[in-house]
Order: sequence, then C-alpha cells, then structure tokens
Amino acid sequence: MHASAITDTTPVARSGRLTRSAGLGLALAVLAFAALLSLAVGARSIPLEHAFDALLHGGDSQEATIIRDLRIPRTVLGIAVGAAIGVAGALMQALTRNPLADPGLLGVNAGASAAVVIALALGLAGAASSIWFAFLGAAVASIVVYGIGTAGRGGATPVRLALAGTAISAALTAIIYGIVLTDTKLLQQYNFWSVGALGGRGRTQLETAAPFIVAGLVIALILARSLNALALGDDSARALGARVARTRIAGAVAVVLLCGSATAAAGPMYFLGLTVPHAARAICGPDQRWVLTYSAVLGAALLLISDVVGRVIVRPGELQAGVVLAVIGTPVFIALVRGKRIAAL
Amino acid sequence: MATVSSPLRLGAGVIRVGDGVSLRVRRRPIVVSGVLAAILVALFVFALGTGDFPISPGDVIASLLGGGDEGTRFIVRDLRLPRAVCAILVGVALALSGAIFQALTRNPLGSPDIIGFPQGASVGALVVITIIGGSGAVVALGAIAGGALTALAVYGLAFKRGATSGYRIILVGVAISFMLLSVIDYLLARARIEEAQEATRWLLGSLNNRSWDDVLPVAVVVALLLPALVPATRSLRALELGDDSANGLGVQVERARLGLIGLAVGLVSITTVAVGPIGFVALTAPQIARRLAHSAGPPMVCSALTGAVIVLASDIVAQRLIGSTPLPVGVMTGTFGGLYLAWLLTMEWRSGRR
Repeated sequence: MHASAITDTTPVARSGRLTRSAGLGLALAVLAFAALLSLAVGARSIPLEHAFDALLHGGDSQEATIIRDLRIPRTVLGIAVGAAIGVAGALMQALTRNPLADPGLLGVNAGASAAVVIALALGLAGAASSIWFAFLGAAVASIVVYGIGTAGRGGATPVRLALAGTAISAALTAIIYGIVLTDTKLLQQYNFWSVGALGGRGRTQLETAAPFIVAGLVIALILARSLNALALGDDSARALGARVARTRIAGAVAVVLLCGSATAAAGPMYFLGLTVPHAARAICGPDQRWVLTYSAVLGAALLLISDVVGRVIVRPGELQAGVVLAVIGTPVFIALVRGKRIAAL
Repeated sequence: MATVSSPLRLGAGVIRVGDGVSLRVRRRPIVVSGVLAAILVALFVFALGTGDFPISPGDVIASLLGGGDEGTRFIVRDLRLPRAVCAILVGVALALSGAIFQALTRNPLGSPDIIGFPQGASVGALVVITIIGGSGAVVALGAIAGGALTALAVYGLAFKRGATSGYRIILVGVAISFMLLSVIDYLLARARIEEAQEATRWLLGSLNNRSWDDVLPVAVVVALLLPALVPATRSLRALELGDDSANGLGVQVERARLGLIGLAVGLVSITTVAVGPIGFVALTAPQIARRLAHSAGPPMVCSALTGAVIVLASDIVAQRLIGSTPLPVGVMTGTFGGLYLAWLLTMEWRSGRR
C-alpha cells in the first residue's frame, strides 16, 4: 500500500518535470523567434532569411552592417534587460510574498531615475558612473517604501506596499520634473531616457550594465531553494534550515543590482516585472527554481516583442518598448487587483 | 440680534438670531477659517508685490484700489493679478471637488487625482488636438469628456459585488493612469511638432502666462457652482451618515448623489480646462482642513481656503525657487502631495484603522 503510493507519485513528478522542461524549450523557441524578428523588423525591413544569413556569415553589405552595428546590440540589450527585470519581479514577489510586487510600482525605478537625474544635474556623474547612482537610488527608494508599508501592526500587505510605492513614485517624479525643466540639456537627455526603451542605447550601456545583471541573476538562482522554503512562512523556513534574514538581504541586493542596472541601461520599465512571474507561475507552478528561470526567458521574450511592436505601429517613427509594455501590463494588474486574494485583504 | 450662548462643550456654542433662528456652531472651524483667510491675504499681497519689479505691500493695495502710478498699476493689475486670482480659484475648485468626492466615497483616496481624472483629461485633450485637429473650446470639451470617462471606468472596474473598496479604487486608478500615460506617449509620438507643442500644456499643470481671458471662464463657473454648494453640503452631511439614515432625514439619496458628483466633476473639469492637470490638491487640501478643523468629514469652507493657500503658495515657490526659470506649479503640488500621501498612509496604518 505504502510502496504503491510512492511508485504512483514518481511518474507524476517525472511527467511534471518533463512538461516544465518542454515548456522551457518552447519559451526559448519563442525568445529565439522574437530575437530574429528584432533583427529583421525596423525602419528598414530585412527579410528573415537575409537576417539569418548575415547573422551566420557576416559580410559587408548594408544589411549586414545594420544588423551587426545596430540590431544585434539592441537585441542583446533587450534580452539582458528583459531577463533582469523579469527575474527582479519574481524575486520581489517571492521575498515580500506579494503578488503585486513590481520594480516600477514599488518605486524602485523612480528612485533609480531620480538619483541619476540629481547626479547629472549636480555634475557628479558621467554616462558610465551614473549606474552607481541608480543603485543608490533604487536601494534608498526600496527601503523607504518598505518602511512605510510595514508601519503599524498589519505588516507589509501587498496593497500597502503598492500604495506606498505609488506615493513615493509620485513625489519622486515631480522632483525629477522640477530638476529637468530648469535645464534644457538635461531635459533632452531625460526625455530620451524617461520612458524605458531599447532604441538609441549603444554598446556602452550594455557593457556597463552586463556584469551587474549577470551577478544579480547568479545570486537569484543561488537563492532559489531558500526562496522555496520562505514561501512556507518565516517559521517553517527556519525549521527547514533556511537562513531567513540572509536570504532576504541577499535577495534585496540582487533586486537592487538587477533593477538599478536595467534602469540605467534602458530606462524605467513598468509592469514587465509584474506580469512575467505570474505567467511563469501559471506555466510551471510555484517552484522558485523554475519560476526564476522561466521569468528570465519570458521577460526577455516579452520585452523584445514589445520593442518590435513599437517599431511597427507608428511608422516611420518608433514607440518605446516601455509604452507598449504598459498597455499589455495594465489589464493583468487590474485582473490581479480584482482577484479573490487581494479583495480579501 | 445675534447672541452667542455659553458653550455647550469646549469649542461649541449656539448662535440665536431673535427667536426663530438658532444655529449650533463649533468655534474651531471658524477660528481656523479666519487664520487661513489671513494667510491667504498675506500670500496674495506677497505674490502681487514681488518679482522682477518689487512693489511695497502698501503700493500693491493702493493700485488694487485704483490708486498708484500707471506703471505699478499695470504690473499689479494686468500682469500679476490674473495669475494670483487664477491660483486661488483653481485651489478653491480643486479642494471643493476633492472634499465632495472624499465625503461621498468616505475615503481620502477617492479624490479625482487618484482615480485618474487628470490623466484622462490630458488624453481627451490630446485626442482632440492630434486626431480631430480641433482647438479652443473643443479641446476643453475633449478634456472634460476624457476625465469623466476615465473616472467612470475606474469606478466601474473597482466595483465588485455591489461595492467599491477604497483600496481597489486607488490601485485600479494607478493602473489606468499608467496606461493613459502610455497612450499620451503614443499620441505624442504620432503627432506633428506644432501639435506636440500645444499638447505639452495639457501634460503638466501650469499657471505661467495667465491673462484675464484664461481667468474669466473659471471665475464664471466657480461663481455659478458655489451657491449650489450650500444645499449640496447639507445633503452631503446627511449622506455621510449612511444611505438609510439620509433617507430617513428626508434626502433623496440617489438624486443627491448624482447632483453632488456632477458638481464635483464640473469643478475639477473647469480647472483642468483653465490650467491643465494640477495633481494632489484635491487629495491633500480636504485632508489637511479636516485635521486642522478637527471635524469628522472634510469641512467645505476650510477645505476651499486650504486649497487656495496650497496652490497660491506652491505657485509662489515654483516661480521663485530657481532664479531664471519658473517651474510649473504641478511640480510643487506633486512633490508635496506625494510626500503627504505617504505620511497620511503611515499615520492611518500606525493607528491601526485599516
């Protein structure tokens, strides 16, 4: 009886893993297709087979040059930023056990933007060193929002954190406007950067951000097992041998690294970090090792697709990927807010 | 003949006029209103007297009354007065509209700025400017329609099982605002340069370069709507007791609610048309007034005065904060309002009310 129960569950577990692996393969295929589209679609359309050809063989034709110098860096940046924000969102949702957590909604992006703008206005930062201010701003804003959210007895409920994030973001946005409106040069710089986008960002941004993004992703994957324990509540996690405080702090460091570097490289992205982990959990269940992996792949794919859509809908101009993302993300957020779990809070 | 009887309890008294009329009055709101009015007058004279060409308070009052030399009179009455009057009117209208919304939803977060009204108005104006190609009154109409539709959408989406929870309203409002900001970006991206320039006025509220032509519509609408507030306030106080009690007191609940919403939307719309969206005044002014006056719901007169003080003071600071470049007043109210909201939430949660 007992033995048969065990043998019954094993194939189920195995088939679960099989579906998740197959799903991941499918997600990777979607990402590859999005990347190929991102190489081919644009102000100058390049047929897919030519894009593929240029990718494999290089060459000096005009099309090959466009792909090599413009579209490949842009696509790689999209993959890096999308993966970073997808994983950051999954981490935030796991750490705060909060389905509404998103780097944009909780004020982390606004903090990073405000710090960079202040540093530029005071002449403290150049293009390369601004990333450190982004980290600083992201860290300070997260601490303030979390501090407000945990005031009083109820603790940090999802709704409280979202409200606190909204209030702080509103104040920071007004401060940013106050600074950039006084300085025409800064205003131009800011307008270029105020909406998250992949176009016009060069190799420099990617090269500055890449090491931090990689570090953040590695920390996140190392933490995955402890995050699974954390999902059971602090006491149970402790009983299972997880170090709760250390996991929280390491997770927060990873979030700041990922959000700060992604914001410094591409500008603030809203709703990407919110939607992607929900989609990931819907496919692969609550195991954080899978959720984080899926979030990275799906985040990259969603950002690239948004970017491609943005290139097409206002031809000959371009709409920033961040704008497209907000339109995709809003209905998801509203559905979550109307959902049973939040309504009960 | 009016006499004030001995206080029933601290801060309250009864005014009797002859035998027929008697009113129970709390002293504190009256004192607070007096102080706020005094602050407002001082700010008003300061706003008119300072700038590139300083004028002494005495000369300001003299030129307002028609005296003084011609140059001073021109600066005070034609250059600075419209702006200051506009600030006061906008502050009054926003605060009253916020007070009505907050009293109706019994929640400070039910304010028009939280439920996406300003963003909706911006989108409405932009649609008219960039797609229909209209100008002037059509743009204003578009802004009002956009704002009202957004408010309806937010209420509708937050509505569930016959009730809207305050927090659901704000979260849905936040989400819709984000989406509308994206729509604004989209409209700007496909607009021509000159359209985009006209559109920027609708994105950040500003009192810069207001003339009497801009002030007149606001003044007319506020003057028309203010008398309606007296009966409105009475039914509002009844509605605050709950629908059943209000019904028992002889108030036709649904009709009163509809009228109040119409009044509040009218007030906030006219300010949006005149100066663009100015954030957070409708949220903060009634809350500050409620705390100053120690009253249960948002007090009308105190709220209106507080709103006027906030907008005028914000404009004075925004104009003078950085020497050569006057900032839009929305920058100041946004900074102040965001921080105030954070503080308000902390206080509410710390006291364990929610």
